[in-house]
Amino acid sequence: MRIQADREVCVGSGQCVLTEPAVFDQSDDDGRVRLLAERPGPEYAKTVREAVDLCPSRALSLGEDEG
Amino acid sequence: MTDVSTSAPTRELPAFPMARGCPFDPPEQYSALRAERPIARVALPGDRTAWLVTRHDLLRQLLTDPRLSSDRTHPNLPTPVPSLQAQAQQDFAPIANALIGLDAPRHSTHRRMLITEFTVKRVQALRPRIQEIAEGCVADLLAGPRPADLVSALSLPVPSMVICELLGVPYADRDFFQSRTRTVVSFNASPEDRSAAIRALRGFLDELVTAKEREPSDDLLGRLILRNREAEVFTHELLVGLAALLLLAGHETTANMISLGTAGLLQNPQQLDQLRADPALVGQTVEELLRYFSIVDAIPRVALADIEIGGVTIHAGDGVALSVGGANRDGVAFGRADELDIQRGGRHHVAFGYGIHQCLGQNLARMELEIVFTTLFARVPGLRLAAPVAELPFKDDATIYGLYQLPVTW
Repeated sequence: MRIQADREVCVGSGQCVLTEPAVFDQSDDDGRVRLLAERPGPEYAKTVREAVDLCPSRALSLGEDEG
Repeated sequence: MTDVSTSAPTRELPAFPMARGCPFDPPEQYSALRAERPIARVALPGDRTAWLVTRHDLLRQLLTDPRLSSDRTHPNLPTPVPSLQAQAQQDFAPIANALIGLDAPRHSTHRRMLITEFTVKRVQALRPRIQEIAEGCVADLLAGPRPADLVSALSLPVPSMVICELLGVPYADRDFFQSRTRTVVSFNASPEDRSAAIRALRGFLDELVTAKEREPSDDLLGRLILRNREAEVFTHELLVGLAALLLLAGHETTANMISLGTAGLLQNPQQLDQLRADPALVGQTVEELLRYFSIVDAIPRVALADIEIGGVTIHAGDGVALSVGGANRDGVAFGRADELDIQRGGRHHVAFGYGIHQCLGQNLARMELEIVFTTLFARVPGLRLAAPVAELPFKDDATIYGLYQLPVTW
């Protein structure tokens, strides 16, 4: 599982941080999404998917992990 | 599928806004509409029409569609009374054009001036102070006479004090801005009264912003003014409009959720018992109360181009009312959607909206609600309503639903 975060689209609602703070953060400089892990382990699959679904600006997407 | 209602005369269309049956539930007609015509043509007062969206998936899809505009000055914007529409083009325009009435990319530029103030981390740093404020209000409530009005003792003071301290607005002016806000959000107020209230709020914040422009203070408005000197995003008029928007949205919404949430939990004692037994449930209790009450129901938009969705064609120029109450009671998205269930975990509710305009202050609102409910039910174990629900003064005439008073005793 590979997360893509489009910071140009992000509106900083913080839903992802509330959902999975081990993977998502908000930058202190601009409040927009900052990934703490681009390829989080399978234990985060459920909450990461939830964060992707909850993101109001659809700034988050999941790609297949080729590795 | 062809929607025959698109060509029907206005008089045969369902009238919007619709009346509530039970004061805790959205209008009963939403369920039938959602099942039969989840995007339905409706008649608005003043011989206008719009599309009403009541399904959760369609609402989220449309709120992320850039072909729907938030332009509050568009003549087809669906509003509960025509005078609100006229107002949006005049007195309210500098408030809407600061943020909520903008489309991307301008909206992004404006919102980015504020995001750092409302991040999860920044809001968490406010927790001790909000706790202190809530404790103080509950202590005053307990020291006062019974029955008491929870709205004036707790619901309004907590978010008002919090937003005043955050923005840098004197709390001493609360009676002034709370009463003007009541008029601004009431669609039964005369257009003259509403205009006067909007102008009064703008005048009040104009003085305050002018003073902070001269000498920027260490508060949100002061920091915004400093950032704006570099970025040059807002004119003075828009800074004033933005301050008015933050003040209004920062106290009226949360206040109504405190009142309704308290009434909702007291009316569902099994739910309240679960919360009391496990205070860690407060986070999901707040999410469920937000979903259940959906205090801002119809999000207004206007189509900029033809949109084919859900078997209908929304034409360019059509008004669209996206029903949060309808979406949040959608049985497909939420099982047993009409039940209050704090164990639900339905965080995909749209009480804060969806899309790029999703509430900027949502994390602050969540924290205030968590702290208030925790403090209130812990400190006042015998809390109960002092009047039957049917007799409570619900805000059926306001764009933000809630309670004018909530008599409680203990």
